[in-house]
Amino acid sequence: MIAFVVRRFLLGLFTVWLISVASFTIIQLPPGDFVDAYIAQLAASGSPVSATEADMLRKLYGLGQPMYVQYGKWISRVVTGDFGESMEWRRPVTEVIGDRIWLTLLLSFAALLITWGLALPIGIYSAVRQYSFGDYAFTLLGFVGIAVPNFLLALIIMYFSFKLFGANVGGLFSSEMTIQPWSWAKAWDLAKHLPLPAVILALAGTAQLIRIMRANLLDELRKPYVVTARAKGLSETRVILKYPVRAALNPFASNIAYLFPFLVSGSVIISIVLGLPTVGPLLVKALVAQDMFLAGTIVLLLGVMTVVGTFISDLVLMWVDPRIRHQMD
Amino acid sequence: MAAPSDSERYAVATQWQLTWWRFRRHKLAMVSLVVVVLFYLLAVSADFLATSDPHETDARTSYIAPQPIHLFDDGAFRPYTYGLKGVRDVKTFKLIYTLDTSRKVYVEFFARGYRYSFLGIETDLHLLGLKDAGKGDGIHLLGTDLLGRDLWSRLMVATRVSLTIGLVGVSISLFLGVLLGGVSAIYGGWVDTVIQRGIEVVRSMPTIPLWLGLAAALPNDWSVTQIYFAITIIISLLAWTDLARVVRGKFLSLREEEFVMAAELAGAGQTRIIFHHMLPSFASHIIAAVSLALPAMIISETSLSFLGLGLRPPAISWGILLQDAQNIQTLALAPWLLFSAVPVILVILAFNFLGDGLRDAADPYG
Repeated sequence: MIAFVVRRFLLGLFTVWLISVASFTIIQLPPGDFVDAYIAQLAASGSPVSATEADMLRKLYGLGQPMYVQYGKWISRVVTGDFGESMEWRRPVTEVIGDRIWLTLLLSFAALLITWGLALPIGIYSAVRQYSFGDYAFTLLGFVGIAVPNFLLALIIMYFSFKLFGANVGGLFSSEMTIQPWSWAKAWDLAKHLPLPAVILALAGTAQLIRIMRANLLDELRKPYVVTARAKGLSETRVILKYPVRAALNPFASNIAYLFPFLVSGSVIISIVLGLPTVGPLLVKALVAQDMFLAGTIVLLLGVMTVVGTFISDLVLMWVDPRIRHQMD
Repeated sequence: MAAPSDSERYAVATQWQLTWWRFRRHKLAMVSLVVVVLFYLLAVSADFLATSDPHETDARTSYIAPQPIHLFDDGAFRPYTYGLKGVRDVKTFKLIYTLDTSRKVYVEFFARGYRYSFLGIETDLHLLGLKDAGKGDGIHLLGTDLLGRDLWSRLMVATRVSLTIGLVGVSISLFLGVLLGGVSAIYGGWVDTVIQRGIEVVRSMPTIPLWLGLAAALPNDWSVTQIYFAITIIISLLAWTDLARVVRGKFLSLREEEFVMAAELAGAGQTRIIFHHMLPSFASHIIAAVSLALPAMIISETSLSFLGLGLRPPAISWGILLQDAQNIQTLALAPWLLFSAVPVILVILAFNFLGDGLRDAADPYG
């Protein structure tokens, strides 16, 4: 069991390293070194950088030296929490990102909970009442969830809520709350705005999980031990919940490891459509403006978040499925 | 000789026949197959079906609502639509163009329009056109966008771009998936471990931020074609993992089958066993996996272009068309722009059902 945790942890570390390399590559990709771009940007906005300052920056990031040295310098600063400066905002990257990274995490996590909360009971229902009206209805809903990309769903919902109720559904806060400091009232405001985007984000994953859960449980329900349990006079709820559901949960749980990256990815896109204050819109703006430190940092943070989420879901999987717990010893 | 009974036919049928018979039973998948084929036919004849040049802008025809075609004129089949007239807004003094219901313009079949090349043949033949059209008159079946470009024509061309990007992307993914999945299964040992861990790593990365980063780094001066291929490669680079897993899984389970052992005992070489004995039995599984991977590709391209980081205008794809419908102000003004979502949803649904049907039929002995 400990070996399993350690192996997962090492794999997670390796993934983080790969993501950091990818982020660094993204920072490096635009032509010319980024100090040139930085100087040009500052000069254009009327605050020229002196040659000594430019030299200092170049030295700081080891420009002109081999790539791995540059990467080393960058990553050692990142580890201490110094992500560089955003060229567009002219402030430290951490300050620009601020709360947004936590709101992204909150949104993705809420979507994850909704996915679980919906897929599990619906999956069980669909399997137990196979070919019932409800089963067909959920299957149809599931296909819609898969076929409509979530940004499109966000667009369509936005259009109809505007058309029918005259309300703008975007944002995570009401307009008067946006600039207020954190308080209970603001948290409550967030809680009221969160469900809609979270549901939109969760729908595609939910649809997939329902299908997996339904198929798995149907396989289990056909097995002889279920017949035995029923023959022994167990109540129907107990027959279903005690063993078949638990056995069917395994692939369900192992899918969560891939669900979280999927949700984090999706949050970027629907945030742009719905105008949510997450890192999504910031990332796209930074990429379009070639504000590379900001963009690279966001990619890195999202990546790390995903890996941590995946690791946690692995631990959950281990807790749910005794087969994994015991095999690994 | 009497006709063979059903069970006799079943016994001598080839694997592909069995697969086809089983697939045919899946009604929804059959319908989806037809839909997919129709969409690809439409993609091939996009220019023929377009009613006007999808790139041509005209300030006069900005935001024209979908324009109905009336089929009968005075009781006879003579399709017509209305011409365009400019009205001065009394408040803003802006010239606004609307349909002029007093002036009928007749629709012509197999009309001459803008020039295009169809399978290498230069032509200007279009399915629909207008007879004696005045300046600005046009058939705008789905209305026009801000720049006065005809949405129907743009949608036709976009369908071609988005559908082919899916195909090209899937081919690249398929190549990577079969290669790495196959190598992983054949060599086993540390090669297998490395590839499997690699797949896990790729799958645990948040794809969209990475795609965005890579796509944004494409040089601005690249041509439309270069961007097209670059985007396709970026999308397929992260999509091969599922295919690799299918190939590896099938390979490992087939290796244990008796017919493989029989071939080995008969002295067949490894290459012959793989290509002659094993490949045919899991080809159907690969086809099913591919048809499930295609819609994911199409969604990826649409999402990237929608965010302005995929294909870039003047290229036309579903994502680029939807980009115009991105904010609520535009949608309130021109709700028909959202129509571009319809083919996206249709195609993705059809591919999903098709893939489901294929997956069920892939193993006809099960």
